[in-house]
Amino acid sequence: MSTQDAHAERPANRRSEGAVSPRSIRGSAAEEELRGVQLLAMSGITKTFPGVRALDGMHLDLRRGEVLSLVGENGAGKSTLMKVLSGVYQPDDGELRIDGTPMRFANPKEAQQAGIGIIFQEFNLMPDLTVAQNIFIGREQPQGRFLLRPRILEQRAADLLDRLQLPLDPHTLVGRLSVAGQQMVEIAKALSLDARVLIMDEPTAALNDAEVATLHELIRRFVTDETGVIYISHKMDELKAISERITVIRDGQFIRTLDAADTTMREVISLMVGRDREPAQHARADTPAEDAPIALQVRGVETPKLLRDINFEVRTGEIVGFAGLMGAGRTEVARAVVGADRRTAGVISVHGKDVTPRNPAQAGAAGIGYLSEDRKGLGLLLQQTVTQNIALPSMGSRFSRGGFVNDRPAAADARRLVDELRIKTPSVRAMVGNLSGGNQQKVVIAKWLLKDCDVLIFDEPTRGIDVGAKEEIYALIGRLAAEGKAIVVISSELPEVLRLSHRVVVMAQGRITGELTAQDATPESVMHLATTETPAPTATV
Amino acid sequence: MPSETASALLDKKPPEDVPPAARGMNPQVRMRLQQLAAFAGLVIITIFFAIAGDNFFTYDNLVNNVLLSSVLIGVLALGTTFVIVTGGIDLSIGWGIALTGMAAGTFLITWDLPLGLGLLMALLVGLVIGLVNGFNVSILGMPPFIATLAMMLVCQGLPLVISDNGATIYTNTQFPPYADLSGGELIPNFPNAVLIFLGLAVIAWVLLNRTVFGRYAVSIGSNEEATELSGINVRKWKLVIYGVAGVFTACAGILSSARIGASPTAGGGMELQAIAAVVIGGTSLAGGKGTIVGSVIGALIIGVLNNGLQIMGVPQEWQYVILGVVILAAVYVDMLRKRSAEVV
Repeated sequence: MSTQDAHAERPANRRSEGAVSPRSIRGSAAEEELRGVQLLAMSGITKTFPGVRALDGMHLDLRRGEVLSLVGENGAGKSTLMKVLSGVYQPDDGELRIDGTPMRFANPKEAQQAGIGIIFQEFNLMPDLTVAQNIFIGREQPQGRFLLRPRILEQRAADLLDRLQLPLDPHTLVGRLSVAGQQMVEIAKALSLDARVLIMDEPTAALNDAEVATLHELIRRFVTDETGVIYISHKMDELKAISERITVIRDGQFIRTLDAADTTMREVISLMVGRDREPAQHARADTPAEDAPIALQVRGVETPKLLRDINFEVRTGEIVGFAGLMGAGRTEVARAVVGADRRTAGVISVHGKDVTPRNPAQAGAAGIGYLSEDRKGLGLLLQQTVTQNIALPSMGSRFSRGGFVNDRPAAADARRLVDELRIKTPSVRAMVGNLSGGNQQKVVIAKWLLKDCDVLIFDEPTRGIDVGAKEEIYALIGRLAAEGKAIVVISSELPEVLRLSHRVVVMAQGRITGELTAQDATPESVMHLATTETPAPTATV
Repeated sequence: MPSETASALLDKKPPEDVPPAARGMNPQVRMRLQQLAAFAGLVIITIFFAIAGDNFFTYDNLVNNVLLSSVLIGVLALGTTFVIVTGGIDLSIGWGIALTGMAAGTFLITWDLPLGLGLLMALLVGLVIGLVNGFNVSILGMPPFIATLAMMLVCQGLPLVISDNGATIYTNTQFPPYADLSGGELIPNFPNAVLIFLGLAVIAWVLLNRTVFGRYAVSIGSNEEATELSGINVRKWKLVIYGVAGVFTACAGILSSARIGASPTAGGGMELQAIAAVVIGGTSLAGGKGTIVGSVIGALIIGVLNNGLQIMGVPQEWQYVILGVVILAAVYVDMLRKRSAEVV
């Protein structure tokens, strides 16, 4: 950034030094020559983790001067792809080229130096530092390697922001900025590193329409004959507005790249979900009778940040699936229902009785069990034994008298459940942290089985679990429904929701956008509702 | 840290690290090993002083000096083990001795209340101190360090107020049955204070290992959110845990004033020694792992060190230094052990 001042008058050009002579105005003849030439190319990129092939011969090419959209279902491999590009992961196989030169990034720093900038959905900013301090963190160029020179730093930041035409004050604390403002800081930071390839993950997830327009304007200014943008988003109309081409990936594989101009949303969606998906080959639990009593009823739940007017009900013996894209608010619904997060409105009833729990303890007492998506973080006490974990929710009622713990029946019940659920553990006194993911999940299920709740909310019940264990857990959920539990299954894996549910509730942007019966729920119909921009009237069938 | 953010976004199933079952040492076995290590440490330094120091290894010295001087730190350590197990810390316990001791003196001598009632009221004072700590930490959500630091200052100031800046102090001889609490010998040649300490240790052990209260304290320290989501009212239990720690502080305050009289400066600074005893015993400052036996052994190690070094003629200032080194060593050993058993 040493020569940036010389180019301060040319806002669109963020390349400031080096071999390439600065081009003056966007769209000049010279620029058009370079446009369309391949900038970044991935071919045959494969990345496997134990049990999972996250990327399988992935292919991607980004041309100079273009915005390329990247779409795929949750779990399609977008995040792994980003991590490979940004040097967090090293691919097992395949080739990555920039300007035709093969590259290998040993770490994120090398990717950065090669000109790859990534803006994650969750920003990497320090809220208590100013805009200028955030942009140049780690690159303060202190005097004598020690003394900060705040004025020079601010001047550099001001120059940069001027060139990018960003309406930001270098002195503002980043924590005071709106999401859109923080995103601008991230962009400025990436561009100050002379990024040539800018990757943006769901950049508009938390922006309003005006902010989206500003962002798109900024992206258009950034794209020159030297640069390109990979734009990851689920919002179809946006993709058509901002990008020239759309690359679809599925199950870690490249599917196809389409021209945005002559492609329909329907086409993109069907490529994303895969036409060749077999229908669920296993029978789901018997559909409960029409007049089965309503076990859980949720009315008008709202939260300060995300949820708006959430209404749904679950009958005894019924499995209701919650589908939606990341950030749609599925987990938030579960947390709001059990009182783990603050609600601003809403009534929750169990078997017709208003129980509206203020905290998970009250939810548990009312017979609602929540199996968190974050098994290790929120579901288990990893350093404690299998028995301790299984007995915890029932400790106060079943396994104690007058406050004194009765460990023997707890251990006996734990042993029974270990047998029943076929939890592979050396003994019930083994530490839960040492079990495999599938077995840990079974421990979580066991603890709620023992608590004997009428309503069970499974949040991502099979995340990080291998295929065999998944089937066991599906069978278990089916059996619980058949035994008369009311079950909610939240999952970002659509096939899982479709396979298990009697009814599918689809969410988008904090609202329920539709409800589908098992017959009507197809990957296409769910994805359509999940990408709905404005809340549609609830179509109860 | 990009990797952290990125992993939050990782929507493909993350790689499961499946640790070999061989590393899965039973936590109870590990806990016992830890206690064994602390116990071995106690035996080693005892043998060392028995050889190096004259008159160390005599019944009289061991009981009337070592044990008796371990009692206050020990009782504080018992109560604060519960707080530390939750991942919290309580700095108010040392000066809490001064406040509850002065309160006991006031109730029994100035107000001339019957022994039982006076003691009960002193215990109530301790309970209130603890509940206020608990309220600030659990209901208002203050960091335990700050909330109990503030309470420590309150406990430092109020005894001075009560005693009119030190003008009033209570000697234990003013009220003989009270002094008997500490110095009396229900069992010949065995001071009551030590007996009470052992009794409290048994109570604390039962509380931690055999009651819902203790089980929830460990659970909260292991994973507060998971405990909350398991349907346990974490706020309520944390309040109770700090309250119980306050009652133990009051027990220490009563024992202190019964032994040496009540003064507005008794017990100040003892909180750090008590916390050190808990840590030496193998309770994790990060929470989720605690042992009462360990805390008792930790208190004894500090008692033996204080007494043995004194007998050997090591000046007080060097005793502090040596205690510091012992704490560092104990924590480092604990870290090594934890690192080798790391699973997550």
